[in-house]
Amino acid sequence: MSILIYAESAPDASGGKIKKVAFELASYAKKVAESLGTTVTAITINTSDVSELSNYGVDKVLKVNNPKLAGFSAKAYADAIKQAAQKENSQVIVLSSTTDSLYLAPLVSVSLEAGFASNVVGLPLNLTPFQVKRNGFSNKAFVTTEIATPIKVLSISKNSYGIFENKSNMTEEDFNPSIDESDYGVKVVSVEKASGKVTIADADIVVSAGRGLKGPENWGMIEELAGVLGAATACSKPVSDLGWRPHGEHVGQTGKPVAANLYIAIGVSGAIQHIAGINSSKVKVVINTDAEAPFFKVADYGVVGDAFEIVPQLIEKLKAFKSNN
Amino acid sequence: MNLLVCISHVPDTTSKINFTDNDTLFDANGVQFVINPNDEFGLTRAIWFQEQQGANVTVVNVGGPETEPTLRKALAIGANEAIRINANPTDGYFVAKQLAEVIKNGNYDLIIAGKESLDYNGGMVPGMIAGLLGFNFINSCVDIKVDGNSVTASREIDGGKEIVSSQLPLIIGGQKGLVEEKDLRIPNMRGIMTSRTKVLTILEPISSDSKTATVKFEKPAPKSPVKLVSADNLDELISLLHNEAKVI
Repeated sequence: MSILIYAESAPDASGGKIKKVAFELASYAKKVAESLGTTVTAITINTSDVSELSNYGVDKVLKVNNPKLAGFSAKAYADAIKQAAQKENSQVIVLSSTTDSLYLAPLVSVSLEAGFASNVVGLPLNLTPFQVKRNGFSNKAFVTTEIATPIKVLSISKNSYGIFENKSNMTEEDFNPSIDESDYGVKVVSVEKASGKVTIADADIVVSAGRGLKGPENWGMIEELAGVLGAATACSKPVSDLGWRPHGEHVGQTGKPVAANLYIAIGVSGAIQHIAGINSSKVKVVINTDAEAPFFKVADYGVVGDAFEIVPQLIEKLKAFKSNN
Repeated sequence: MNLLVCISHVPDTTSKINFTDNDTLFDANGVQFVINPNDEFGLTRAIWFQEQQGANVTVVNVGGPETEPTLRKALAIGANEAIRINANPTDGYFVAKQLAEVIKNGNYDLIIAGKESLDYNGGMVPGMIAGLLGFNFINSCVDIKVDGNSVTASREIDGGKEIVSSQLPLIIGGQKGLVEEKDLRIPNMRGIMTSRTKVLTILEPISSDSKTATVKFEKPAPKSPVKLVSADNLDELISLLHNEAKVI
């Protein structure tokens, strides 16, 4: 009956480090489990140290260690999660909104004949019938979705619930799902990944800049500001279309979605397509010379002024702030 | 190569979103509908396959007669034929079941769907079709090349790209990158004229359950106005972010 979460890890030299999003899933699942009078089980894949999960209420970990799962395969991972759900007789499966989890979630739901709700914000509104609130219409509305099936699959919008410590007596168990060769119809040939950079998906803070920066040569201060804040860098669509910044940094409706705790937009006017992609960020700051720029309508804090004067000052002041806090 | 592009008929992003019937129905009144942007990138890539590799391109949509202008637009852009499954798309699973049926009967090699539609943002239809049919599946696909039955593709991952190989038949969840914004096509007069005579087949839906139901819509609470901080007083901004917003 327990609630199942898939606790993702990022590969590293020591054998996989649990990602922060997994702690949010654990916190969420624990709360739902308490309402349902059950426990939380996490499945991990090729993660050597899972102990951190016990800080967020996970009662049991099913540890999968299988060299066949070394590279990501959505079908094989979905298959492993399905078997874990069956073993635990889970009625609710909670997944994150990472690219990988959104890839495998519909596969898991079909294989368990489960209803699937994505972009879920907040705890279930109701347990019987099971209703959740989701982001829809590119963050312009919430949709209340009822899942009618016995098994429910949810993917939780990042940063929408939060991380809550809740120490548990967690048990660990090795789990060996059978992985079928037919799960490998798509094979990973190579991975191109910038190393050492904070990714937009993982970042709590994102510093984004637009055409107001006037040219690619002026991005040094944006990167420095991001560095001081431990933030990821992003850009508006025109900037990536002009080739000033790589496509991977483009955020907005047709770019990457951002759900950060803090989003700082510098020289970004705030076209509706841009806002659609970043609006689920918690706190938004705008710095723009044009006080009429649409971004001021959606921002929490704003500074009207020239980025070339403001950003260098902000960097110095933040450095001082960081050294005192 | 026989190609199927799944098209979702969605409100344009700039449309104001409203609801009726006590916030239980979407209000289509005055809303401009477009081809879902993620689907349009896929359609444009499909037309590239048609022009470069002789592919036949069919577009398909699950929806009522009001969605036909969107299919005609896809035909005007260059698709060879269109199918409309005459049903109200109640949830992602229902839509996936309908599309899977068309795919089973249509002998398609490559199915291109958008990774997510911009109305309900479910992001589940391509994956569910793959699950239902057991097809190879690549989500967040940003590049695809086909040589015979062999496929080389790129998938966007958090912080980079993954290059993958696969075989037809295959379904992808596509997005920007399949083509770039500048490659998108505006239908020309000739395209619009010929689209009127292209075949648009209307199919009745197969019986299928839905796994989820939309109960209610809600618009976010109006936002409080922006707090402006003087450019001469950035310490205040830092203090607000630290003490009030608690994000640094």
